[in-house]
Amino acid sequence: MAGLSISGVSKGFGSIKVLKDISLQVEDGEFLTILGPSGCGKSTLLKILAGLETQDSGSIFLGERQLDGLRPKHRDVAMVFQSYALYPHMTVAWNMALPLRMRRLNAWQRFPVLGALLPGTAAVRKEIAAEVSRVAAALGIDQLLDRKPAQLSGGQRQRVAVGRAMVREPAVFLMDEPLSNLDAKLRVQMRAEIKELHRRLGSTFIYVTHDQTEAMTLSDRVVVMADGEILQVARPQDIYADPCDLRVAEFVGSPKINIIEGRMQRDRLVDVAGLLLPLDVASAVGTRILIGVRPEALRLAEHASKVAISATVRLIEHMGSDVFVHVEMPGVSDLFVMRLPLERAFRIQLGEPLQLGLRPGQLLFFDAEGRRIRTTSAVTPIERRALA
Amino acid sequence: MMPSAAMSGHGAQTATSKPARLKTRVVDRFSEPIAAYLLALPGGALLALLFILPVIAVFVIATTNWSFGGTSLSFVGMRNFRDVFADSTFRMSFLNTIVYVLIVVPGTIGLGLLIALLIEARPSLRGFYRAIHFLPFMATLAASAVAWEMLLHPTMGLVNQAFSALGLPTANWLRDEKTVLPVLALIGIWQNLGFAMVLFLAGLKAIPADLYEAADIDGADGWFDRLRTVTLPMLGPVTMFVVVVVAIRAFEVFDTIAILTQGGPGRASEVLLYTLYRESFEYLRTGYGAAVTVVFLGIIVTLTLVQVGVMEKRVHYS
Amino acid sequence: MRIGQAFHPSAIGRHAALLMTGALTLAPFIWMISLSAKSPDEMFDPGFSLLPRHWHAWENYAEALTAAPLLRFLLNGAIVCFSILALQLLICVPMAYAAAKLRFFGRNALFGAVLLGLLLPHQVLALPVFILCHKLHILNSYAALILPFIVSPFGIFLFRQFFRTIPDDILHAARLDGLSEFSIVWRIVVPMSVPAMIAFSIFSVVAHWNDLFWPSIVIKTTELMPPSLGVAAFRGIESGNDYGPLMAGTVLVVLPLLVAFALAQRWFIEGLTSAALK
Repeated sequence: MAGLSISGVSKGFGSIKVLKDISLQVEDGEFLTILGPSGCGKSTLLKILAGLETQDSGSIFLGERQLDGLRPKHRDVAMVFQSYALYPHMTVAWNMALPLRMRRLNAWQRFPVLGALLPGTAAVRKEIAAEVSRVAAALGIDQLLDRKPAQLSGGQRQRVAVGRAMVREPAVFLMDEPLSNLDAKLRVQMRAEIKELHRRLGSTFIYVTHDQTEAMTLSDRVVVMADGEILQVARPQDIYADPCDLRVAEFVGSPKINIIEGRMQRDRLVDVAGLLLPLDVASAVGTRILIGVRPEALRLAEHASKVAISATVRLIEHMGSDVFVHVEMPGVSDLFVMRLPLERAFRIQLGEPLQLGLRPGQLLFFDAEGRRIRTTSAVTPIERRALA
Repeated sequence: MMPSAAMSGHGAQTATSKPARLKTRVVDRFSEPIAAYLLALPGGALLALLFILPVIAVFVIATTNWSFGGTSLSFVGMRNFRDVFADSTFRMSFLNTIVYVLIVVPGTIGLGLLIALLIEARPSLRGFYRAIHFLPFMATLAASAVAWEMLLHPTMGLVNQAFSALGLPTANWLRDEKTVLPVLALIGIWQNLGFAMVLFLAGLKAIPADLYEAADIDGADGWFDRLRTVTLPMLGPVTMFVVVVVAIRAFEVFDTIAILTQGGPGRASEVLLYTLYRESFEYLRTGYGAAVTVVFLGIIVTLTLVQVGVMEKRVHYS
Repeated sequence: MRIGQAFHPSAIGRHAALLMTGALTLAPFIWMISLSAKSPDEMFDPGFSLLPRHWHAWENYAEALTAAPLLRFLLNGAIVCFSILALQLLICVPMAYAAAKLRFFGRNALFGAVLLGLLLPHQVLALPVFILCHKLHILNSYAALILPFIVSPFGIFLFRQFFRTIPDDILHAARLDGLSEFSIVWRIVVPMSVPAMIAFSIFSVVAHWNDLFWPSIVIKTTELMPPSLGVAAFRGIESGNDYGPLMAGTVLVVLPLLVAFALAQRWFIEGLTSAALK
């Protein structure tokens, strides 16, 4: 078995370009998540991989075999849909058996009633039933085989959908936001089960979601997409700590990353909210630079100093073990969100003035187009300059 | 990544029945349209044969002098239409049909609405009353017509017996040219009111209960006020719809005339569809019959388009 | 709606009004049954009575069954209506599915043709279709009664609207599972559309069972007559003043549908109203 090669895939509907020249290498056995906001094209890409849509250009290879032009049933992929897409008039057992029936019985053997009388049919049907039972037991739904989808809960239906994909023992599992219709508690549980399933089966999983928690916890690698393009492909921790684009930084991380505008002052210094930071980049004076500061990158300064930022508390959100403090900083239009541990923050009052310090090395710099400017060394503020 | 663990996911291969998987068959990208054509072609061909071609043929025949069984055919333009409109029988037929519709539609709507309101007013025995009033719509009209003939029989009919007992004037209802059309219209109302009633019942059910509650708070809690403030206005779109549908059905009246009066006495109960039938299929004056058909078609199409327009408005306002 | 007590004056008034209208509505049927049991001399009895003095029903019904092939009429109705329905489903369901869920060139033109068909009442097409049947030499046969109706624009429209509500994902799953489009229609879509199937079936059977216009045109032999035409013919046969058998005959003709209706009232009403609401 080998991985999936996606090269130069583009797709448009009418005048709208949904996928723009997508290229991606999926390793065999990897759990790859495609993460992005609604409308970024991730579901379309998945449908193209399944053969349910045809791309306008580009090719897809599974190992040595080209998949383009092949009908879905010949591609050796299975898909779990967001809506589960269970056949409502069939029992769970029939839902799971259908793909096997289609492959192993010919049209005559599948004929209602009479087909069962043909020689050989009974043996194959017994085989199929055994495999269905095996998979159902593995998923914990063997008690439900005689029920219809309408009689199942959301979590049970989701398992049946997974089971229907599993019986086919495909090379690639495609999952289109399979957890988004479940309530929060169930989602956490199913996340763990999907991770376990991947570990057990070892097949390639391609998972589409807009939920960054799922992406971060489940994946070997994450592909961040927006507007039909791939922004970044990396391990989850690298996506978080080392985003290559402003959109990636903004999409991953909760609460959202704070973005402050600054201007290049003189060579290699950027003026941010009255603070000067050294930035090793050759840019003209006055160039706009965007700085991303994660909520945990600020801390309360122990004492006032020339490099601390003054801020006023405008909103306090107690989350249990953490506190989100929204502060107003001079010269910055939006409120800045800070994450502080409870023991540090429990005495903070609304309206209180605070002195904040930046953790060195945790700033992310982006140019005006959102591209990441990588710095070679940790950035520490130089001095504070009084605002005019 | 996951090396040989990848193999464990593919399970034990059963030797007996798994066919060679991953057979590479490059199927054309046109499988979807081809399947669509195969599924739709029989119906599409029959649609052309039984609907499109015939309607064109009607227009063509209407402009010729062709007679069924005859071998000659020549284009005569609008002559058939001029003949039709000049013919006193046709004009009578047209007029009668209009009068019939003008009696049936208000009568059906009025009674249907009244009965629907009565049924919905309280929950008891709704199904029973609904069934009773819907029965005439279900029954084969030909058979009902014969039953009505018995009711309306001048000597032994129940109607005349009842009327004379009550001191009301009696008549030979179906043989008197002054009464035949209204009586036929009455039968039409009788047959259609169940249908109107059922549509009104659906419309009444769709009125949200909170509107009535708001009306209560505003002081409109008597039955007349509720009717005026909430019920009738909310039923507006449904009523328009029912009017058009009943009007179309009324224009298409045929069974009662064919069985009971054959257009008589004189031409007093001649209606459009019966004229069409007789000219085309009994007298075999096909050109003439086709012209009548075209007129009939024009009326029905207009009404149907009105119906579509009404439906569009409903969709946009709801 | 205020739930009052059962014996509230307005409740009694409502029942009185509805019973009155109900009685008037049922009057023809009741009279029909009553006459079917009366003897000829009683018919012209000036006194009004519902129940006959002498129970003449057996003679009337026997006469009706022998004078005209009434059971044959009913059988014809059954054969024709179910044949029409079977063929309609066979032809219209796949077409509606293609129109609802598949993408192909000419789809809009096809649907336009369906809408055009919806506009045309079948009486308007009678003349050319009659000529067609004549050319096919099927006049005066079951085929003539069945053929013109086997494609129903109304059915295509109704099914298409219903099929459009089926989630695309289920069809995608079916294709991934290996079903052909043909299999999808009959194994997935139809079982999921049972309400629409029932509604249409009722509408179709009722409409064609009660149709008088088209059978009058194409059928001349008594043995082939469907119920409506049979009643009309029977009325011609029974001349004279003995209306008993005639009434017996009409009772027999009306009975099947009314019994079916009584048993499945809800389906009938919902089917016909959804049909009308198109």
